[in-house]
Amino acid sequence: MKLKLLAATAAIALSGAAAQANTLVYCSEGSPEGFDPALFTAGTTFDASSHPIYNRLLEFETGTTNVIPGLAESVEASDDGLEYTFKLRQGVKFHSNDEFTPTRDFNADDVIFSFMRQKDDSHPYNQVSGGTWEYFKGMGMPDLVESIEKVDDYTVKFKLTKPEAPFVANMAMDFASILSAEYADAMMEAGTPEKLNTAPIGTGPFSFLAYQKDAVIRYAQNADYWKAPADVENLIFAITPDASVRYQKLKAGECHIMPYPNPADIQAMKDDGDINMMEQEGLNVGYLAYNTTMAPFDNPNVRKALNMAIDKNAIIDVVFQGSGQVAKNPIPPTMWGYNDAITDDAYDPEAAKAMLEAEGVSDLSMKVWAMPVQRPYNPNARRMAELIQADFAKVGVDVEIVSYEWGEYLSRSKDLDRDGAVLLGWTGDNGDPDNFLAVLLGCDGREASNRAQWCHEPFEDLILKAKQSTDQAERTKLYEDAQVIFKEQAPWATIAHSVVYMPMSNKVQGYKVHPLGGHIFYGVSVE
Amino acid sequence: MFGYFLTRLGMFVPTFLGVTLISFMFIRVLPGDPIIVMAGERGMTEERYQEMVEKLGFDKPVLQQYWDYLVGVLHGDLGESFVTKKPVWDEFFALFPATLELSLCAMIFAVALGLPAGVIAAVNRGKFFDRALMSSALVGYSMPIFWWALLLIIVFSGNLGWTPVSGRIDLLYYFPSVTGFMLIDSLLSGQPGAFGSAVRHLILPTIVLGTIPLAVIARQTRSAMLEVLGEDYIRTARAKGLAPARINGLHALRNALIPVITVIGLSVGTLLAGAILTETIFSWPGIGKWMVDSIFRRDYPVVQGGLLMIAVIVMLVNLLVDVLYGVINPKIRRR
Repeated sequence: MKLKLLAATAAIALSGAAAQANTLVYCSEGSPEGFDPALFTAGTTFDASSHPIYNRLLEFETGTTNVIPGLAESVEASDDGLEYTFKLRQGVKFHSNDEFTPTRDFNADDVIFSFMRQKDDSHPYNQVSGGTWEYFKGMGMPDLVESIEKVDDYTVKFKLTKPEAPFVANMAMDFASILSAEYADAMMEAGTPEKLNTAPIGTGPFSFLAYQKDAVIRYAQNADYWKAPADVENLIFAITPDASVRYQKLKAGECHIMPYPNPADIQAMKDDGDINMMEQEGLNVGYLAYNTTMAPFDNPNVRKALNMAIDKNAIIDVVFQGSGQVAKNPIPPTMWGYNDAITDDAYDPEAAKAMLEAEGVSDLSMKVWAMPVQRPYNPNARRMAELIQADFAKVGVDVEIVSYEWGEYLSRSKDLDRDGAVLLGWTGDNGDPDNFLAVLLGCDGREASNRAQWCHEPFEDLILKAKQSTDQAERTKLYEDAQVIFKEQAPWATIAHSVVYMPMSNKVQGYKVHPLGGHIFYGVSVE
Repeated sequence: MFGYFLTRLGMFVPTFLGVTLISFMFIRVLPGDPIIVMAGERGMTEERYQEMVEKLGFDKPVLQQYWDYLVGVLHGDLGESFVTKKPVWDEFFALFPATLELSLCAMIFAVALGLPAGVIAAVNRGKFFDRALMSSALVGYSMPIFWWALLLIIVFSGNLGWTPVSGRIDLLYYFPSVTGFMLIDSLLSGQPGAFGSAVRHLILPTIVLGTIPLAVIARQTRSAMLEVLGEDYIRTARAKGLAPARINGLHALRNALIPVITVIGLSVGTLLAGAILTETIFSWPGIGKWMVDSIFRRDYPVVQGGLLMIAVIVMLVNLLVDVLYGVINPKIRRR
């Protein structure tokens, strides 16, 4: 490592401007929790680990939620949907560092290792680095995957306990990154198994060089990458937590790209000729979930009337300061299966009031829960709750705003007998509509991630059927129908999808805003 | 003198134990379950929750947890971060040199400017200098750190381009960390320009972090000097015809230093508190930001370990201040 460090130092110091031209500096918003993506859940961690350093059997095509081949050249599902056979790519090289030089190419052993350490409690790596395998377990993989078999060096078969179509998208998620089994063995033998997380070895477009917490992460181009090598020779993450400072650094030329600008700075950035501002709807939704088990919110017409009383455009202007888009469906428009034919409930306080009266609801008092934290899908929940309070007052509904510490909020809002409607939201994990519709609105999610406590049989039938089908066209149709039922039943008021802004220097070419939220620098060049 | 030092050291032990208890209790009385915060919007099954409770040791009685923590601390083990899964001790020592370097520079800046400013103001009592200096000190003391930092960045880094916006050194320079102190490491690296870059990166954070202590020291020096300048022995010295510089510098300042050193000692706490904001704004990789992030994530081992280490440092500095009193004023150590 040291030799490599010194060599890189000399190269950078000697070639000066040339080296800089070949370096892409990204002002990231925080430190990664570590470099083994399966151990963690934060997007900041995935930006620094799974995207530059690793690959997965399947990948999300950058800029879309389409799943494309990665380390697997192909995947085939059995007719009953219970077996998935992956044909692996040959000739893929792992990175090396001062303690490890791979003696073989990537093969089936690496796939088995990468998943079994998460699945098998008795695996030697199961407890290393406090492994809690949050995503693997959170996505229900331990119960879904019955076994993983090595058919031969370049063929792996996953057997499932039940047919589940989103499994394919799960294989492209960050926790499914493929690590080197050979490196793991070497580190276990050396008595330093935690190096898998601190000195990562992968097959990705960039190899890890050095990390200083809260300061900088350095990567070098992987010249042996199995696709064309990355366009830049050096990738640097300059960790800069404050958004205003990131903006100043971008202006001063100290970095080329920055994420998460302050909404207040967006106009100035758009007006700046040296800055190219890219934007895309985020893969998220912010909503107000009624408790559909409590009267009068068990009546769909009451919920619909309240939805009609909310002025969503005002919320976009005030709370999102323009960096949001009104949501009409529970899934974002960038996701396949989005039903654009649905029309949103029009903002009409008079009609809403009449509808409430027709349902015999008068002098209604309710609680609206406002989250204590900022989230992309809701940058200021307190302000949003105040706007909703004012809107509801116009239709004769009295609102009391309540809030709790974030952990308490998450915990109490799950209760079946919760009093009041909850402001919350969701950011997608894998680009599959199941990840929104089943997780947030399925019957199994009640008293957990289904904050509306909603369980509606016609809707449930559709999403279960879609989960089990491997025919994409059929799934699309089922999800479109499910959204129609959702709109009629109105368990939530869908409020907004955020818009993701990525300001970058004009010198940057080839960057694509990724709908899944990751920041990916393969294929990006600097003039 | 040695006995005096031992007495002061003896007071260290109960304070240390008290701090372990307070740091342990502090994070636990805050509402918010770390496991639920970790799971986020997704939530987790009851079974998984119980598994995590056992894994993190929360199923044990609180007293047992405290005892385990205390035994760990006495063996030099502060536990592992829930988030990064790394030992708290390692994380602290990886980040602390950055905080220490910045705090020392800020302190040197504050003392180097604050002491002379206070003396000048006292000697020119009621004149233009005095009023100008003390008004500036009041402004400096009242200024929100966050705003002050952004103002300096926008003017000096953004508009004038004189100083870098943030970080510890230009990203062009790349060498392994030896001491953790960038000024020293950049010299050791032998790379031309590295030391200059490290110094340039220190300028704005030093000014921002040093501003409040500078104001406090200047005001404290002024009032201590004024008190001493009114003493009989100063009048005697003047009557003997001693040069004013000798009176002010030797006789007055030395006696005025006792309260000033107290303030400097107490400023260490202020510096560490100020470091939290300064480090966040200047992307300075120190312990301030690390602690704040940990509180939001309810990362118990980091919060209690970090608090304990900071408290120990403040206690050590105050011990040093107590010893310095003895050196400056022999009357104190004889008491």
